[in-house]
Amino acid sequence: MDWLTDNWLSILRGFGETLKLLGLSGAIALVLGTLVALARVSPVPILRGVAIGFVTIFRNTPLLVLILITYYGLPEVGIDFGFFINISLAMGFYTASFVTEAIRSGFNGVPLGQAEAARAIGMPFTQSMSQVVLPQAFRLVVPPLASVFIALTKNTSLAATFGVAEATYRMRGLFNDYASQMIFIFLGIALGYILIVAVISWIATAFERRFAVNAR
Amino acid sequence: MSASTVLYDAPGPKARARYRLFGLLTVIGIVLLLAAVIWRLWSRDQLTADKWEVFYTPRYIELLARATLDTLWIAALSIAGALVFGVIFGVAKLSDHLPVRWFAWVIVEFFRAVPLLLLIIFVWFYAYDTRLGTIAPLVIALILYNGSVLAETFRAGINAVPKGQVEAAFAVGLRKSAVMRIVQLPQAIKIMTPAIISQCIVALKDTSLGYYILAAGLTTTGREIWRTFDNRLATALVLAAIYIVLNLLLTALGRWAERHITGARPPQALADKPGQPTAA
Repeated sequence: MDWLTDNWLSILRGFGETLKLLGLSGAIALVLGTLVALARVSPVPILRGVAIGFVTIFRNTPLLVLILITYYGLPEVGIDFGFFINISLAMGFYTASFVTEAIRSGFNGVPLGQAEAARAIGMPFTQSMSQVVLPQAFRLVVPPLASVFIALTKNTSLAATFGVAEATYRMRGLFNDYASQMIFIFLGIALGYILIVAVISWIATAFERRFAVNAR
Repeated sequence: MSASTVLYDAPGPKARARYRLFGLLTVIGIVLLLAAVIWRLWSRDQLTADKWEVFYTPRYIELLARATLDTLWIAALSIAGALVFGVIFGVAKLSDHLPVRWFAWVIVEFFRAVPLLLLIIFVWFYAYDTRLGTIAPLVIALILYNGSVLAETFRAGINAVPKGQVEAAFAVGLRKSAVMRIVQLPQAIKIMTPAIISQCIVALKDTSLGYYILAAGLTTTGREIWRTFDNRLATALVLAAIYIVLNLLLTALGRWAERHITGARPPQALADKPGQPTAA
């Protein structure tokens, strides 16, 4: 177990870096994904088309290729915010397409009858949105959004390919130094990721319970 | 169209005029954005022949074609393996025997929660002395990860088969294994076809991770190209285009299979369509 006792600080720093990637790209994904989702469900056909195009492009490109574009490609045209932000941009745009689809599926999950009933009892558009449609949509969005963020947590490991010293990168380093304890190192680092994932799904469950409907 | 959403009413003449205006503004914005991108590429000498020449040189087109075939081959192997793995562990998760159920649960939950790249690096290092090469570790890791996701899919599909089907099968005297084999599994696969196709797309995208261990495939070939011609942006854009085309073809194939091979969609299909998010 000396790999752990001697290196726990650098492993923790690695996971700190993982969390930083998760936070930055998660924020980009959430903001951008929400904007694109609004365009995706808007009444303007061209906006919807643009949103569909965005989702199609970014969901069908492998994340690794997107990082190649932002990490190697953007600096070639003079767009360089530093490697950390450039990598987070790729992860943010990639994840944004999944955020968009999660939010859209939440909106689509609200039964049509709900809005019709709201209109039938005389609610104006703003009221039927804020009182009837959006609260239900929000509740439906939480579980798919949680799985998007869990996927993002795992995807941050790709930054190791480009020399960001996050958890996966540290594991590779430990493999070189402690070749005989490879399985334990692998299980240990995996456990770290599993903990992050567990926290995310715990938050999602808490949200769901907080906003659960007791009727029916 | 507008009847299919709860978010807004059917537009009247004023609203339609407003939508047209917004549409026009969007188009203008996009044209300006594209112009800015092209200007940027032009002013930074990215649109010169020496950056792009390689992609219309027959020798390199052939190289890329071979890399595409490698990628497809790796993806096909992984998907086939993952399907077998998924069926076995999906059924095992529903086993009547507690130890079997627990074992399957631990394996599936573990490999689902671990980042794929972590798994690839581990298998690659672990198998380093056995001279397995680079493709085998990549395929093994892809099978373990996608197989575990598919195991969950199959389990959900089996549970979605109506209970009456199982009871009827037992009533006509089939054994437990026969009920699973000829009643539950076929219907589960039918219900889960869209989810399975989505996972195939995920697997195809994930073959790009072979880059880390330099396994054959598009990303590794791309690396060779830009190391020779120093055209990283151009190469990455071409790779992205190839992957997008492959994935869209796979999506179309999935839709076609959904319609023609598995028949009409069953009434209580739980799964999402191929075009919907799978949280890759």
